[in-house]
Amino acid sequence: METVFLILATIAYCVGAIGYVIYLVRDQDAIHRVSSGILLAGATLQGLALIMRSISMGRLAVTNSQEALSFFAWVLVVVYLVVQTRFHLRILGSFVSPLAVLFMLGSPLVPARMIPTSGIFQSVWVVVHVSALFLANALFALAFSAGIMYLLQERTIKRKNFGFLYLRLPSLESLDKLNYVCLVFGFPLMTLGLITGFAYAGSVWKSPWNWDPKEIFALITWFIYAILLHERLAVGWRGRRAAWLAIFGFSAVLVTFLGVNLVLQGHHTVFVR
Amino acid sequence: MSQLVLVGMNHKTAPIEIRERLAAVCREDKHLLHRFPQLRYVDELFVLSTCNRVEILFVCNQLHEATHEVKSLLRGHLGDALSAQVESCFYTYQFLDAVKHLFRVASSLDSMVVGEPQILGQIKAAYREATECKAVGVILNRLLHKAFSVAKRVRSETMIGSHAVSISYAAVELARKIFRDLRDKRVLLIGAGEMAELAAEHLLAQGVRQLMVANRTLERAVELAGRFKGETVSFSHILDALKNVDIVLTSTGSPEPILRHKDVKSRMRERKNRPLFFIDIAVPRDVEQRVNEIENVYLYDIDDLQGIVDFNRAGRQLEAERAEHIVAEETVKFQQWLCTLDVVPTIVGLREKADAIRRQELLRTLSHLPHLTEKDRKAIDVLTQSIVKKLLHDPIMFLKKKAHRGSKQLFTDCTQQLFNLTNGCKPDSSALTDEVSSVKNENKILKNLEK
Repeated sequence: METVFLILATIAYCVGAIGYVIYLVRDQDAIHRVSSGILLAGATLQGLALIMRSISMGRLAVTNSQEALSFFAWVLVVVYLVVQTRFHLRILGSFVSPLAVLFMLGSPLVPARMIPTSGIFQSVWVVVHVSALFLANALFALAFSAGIMYLLQERTIKRKNFGFLYLRLPSLESLDKLNYVCLVFGFPLMTLGLITGFAYAGSVWKSPWNWDPKEIFALITWFIYAILLHERLAVGWRGRRAAWLAIFGFSAVLVTFLGVNLVLQGHHTVFVR
Repeated sequence: MSQLVLVGMNHKTAPIEIRERLAAVCREDKHLLHRFPQLRYVDELFVLSTCNRVEILFVCNQLHEATHEVKSLLRGHLGDALSAQVESCFYTYQFLDAVKHLFRVASSLDSMVVGEPQILGQIKAAYREATECKAVGVILNRLLHKAFSVAKRVRSETMIGSHAVSISYAAVELARKIFRDLRDKRVLLIGAGEMAELAAEHLLAQGVRQLMVANRTLERAVELAGRFKGETVSFSHILDALKNVDIVLTSTGSPEPILRHKDVKSRMRERKNRPLFFIDIAVPRDVEQRVNEIENVYLYDIDDLQGIVDFNRAGRQLEAERAEHIVAEETVKFQQWLCTLDVVPTIVGLREKADAIRRQELLRTLSHLPHLTEKDRKAIDVLTQSIVKKLLHDPIMFLKKKAHRGSKQLFTDCTQQLFNLTNGCKPDSSALTDEVSSVKNENKILKNLEK
């Protein structure tokens, strides 16, 4: 049953993303409505699958890289749909939904060894750690998309070289604002996720800091966003620099999240193999 | 049957020198319309003259004589020297071609800048003048109202008007791609040229609330600031003003740039890097070109803005094809209406409608009365027939009497509307009243302005 739901959700994401790409080219309200509706349906199906699986396993069903990736796709779509209601940046969907499809389709490709259930998963810490970090990462993914859109639009306006994207992309200020909002909400969530992670590591391995590659990269990522937030608030960094840093930051997120899981070994590998 | 003729010239057929002179002449002494009562062969007359075109539309019975009359009127108006030159620039359209041409002009398909919205207002103003001179009758009234609704349809069903039309509009559109909301933005006007004024007007129309004016001569600055409900800034303080404005419109006659790279750059930090948009419509330019290289600063000069206008024009061409289709469709509909504007079709239509109603009602009544004998049914049938016949007798006799008078169109049209006969090609009556009321409103506004 869950597998059927997951497959249906994947198809829905694909169709929704295709719809959004068409919407980028053809400015018709109906296309946007249908596409976001399909995404919502996909997210609902995947949400159901997730709940059913979590109930049957007795813990949050995000344990291997495969599940982590598809869970991330789900969080991304949900966060996008929520942000969409607040910001009305419809074209954002044309950039975010393909990203979600990428994660969703990528999830079966990564190795997924089932890990024997052990006590270390069943903790409130883990649930907070995982959900806070994934939410933060989804917000950073939105900031990343907004950053790409910003750079495209800024390039057009600076170089005075107009194409269809100029008409379709939103204003620079609203993209910058989205970048800021994602950062302001994402950074505390990320901090919370890391603190719970370290606290939990401390309770399991006696020490919160174990020079684990994942820990190192996570801290690097945290510093990148800390710098971005600081510069924004204190110095008034905005626009192109902020967009580049958001793109850079999300690349670091991907390395921490995927690269370390797949390539490097460490303590954290116990959870996602 | 009456003829519809359009004589005119536009930017495609006449060079600017001739258009200028003709437009000037036509505007003088409230132009040709006042001569209308002296015209023998022309039944209805409408004159449109703008800086890009002159169109004379008239209805007549004798085509040749009327055309001759209108042209000689023009010649008398222009003087011999000019009319010799003008003659070759004129085009003449008849009947459907004239209708189509008018629709195209009204929908801005024939404009120099396709999709520009001013032309419709100009036609409305010209129509108002024609009605004031009582020069338009049934046909031109209907035709012009139709032209308004065609223009409206083209505007709403195609994207022809949605792209930037003029340079000042392009600047505003650009501002909306840089800033999310123009309502909380401040504009600084440096220099007070006509173009700057126009762009400022566009910006205010888009919701900008705060405007500052800096000009070398203070009186002009005060005058402009008063008009836009803004404040004045002394010319020596414009660099300080950069700290808290978002859009700067420059149009001074200064031979040297007045805003330099280093001046702007040093102020960006104080602005906390909030975006700053320079619109430089002065020639020679007022803002140093390198200013565009500063982060979060965008500089557009008049050529750059022209680039956007050109880009938009390309997109507009595609939409123009869809608009042409609408025009063709509406032309056919108008033709259908025009054809019914004769006595015989009107009478036939009237009879048919009455008979259709009679039959329908008869059928309904008889189905409720199954007990009637064949004879009774027949009697009722005859009764209804004679009621309808007697009722229609007078109107039909009236129409027949008018068949050979000049006023027949008025009465046929009146009959058509009274009995709602033109269902196939019925003019959208709500659109018609809309247009009428909008024309009336504009009239009022104009009168107030004049006061």
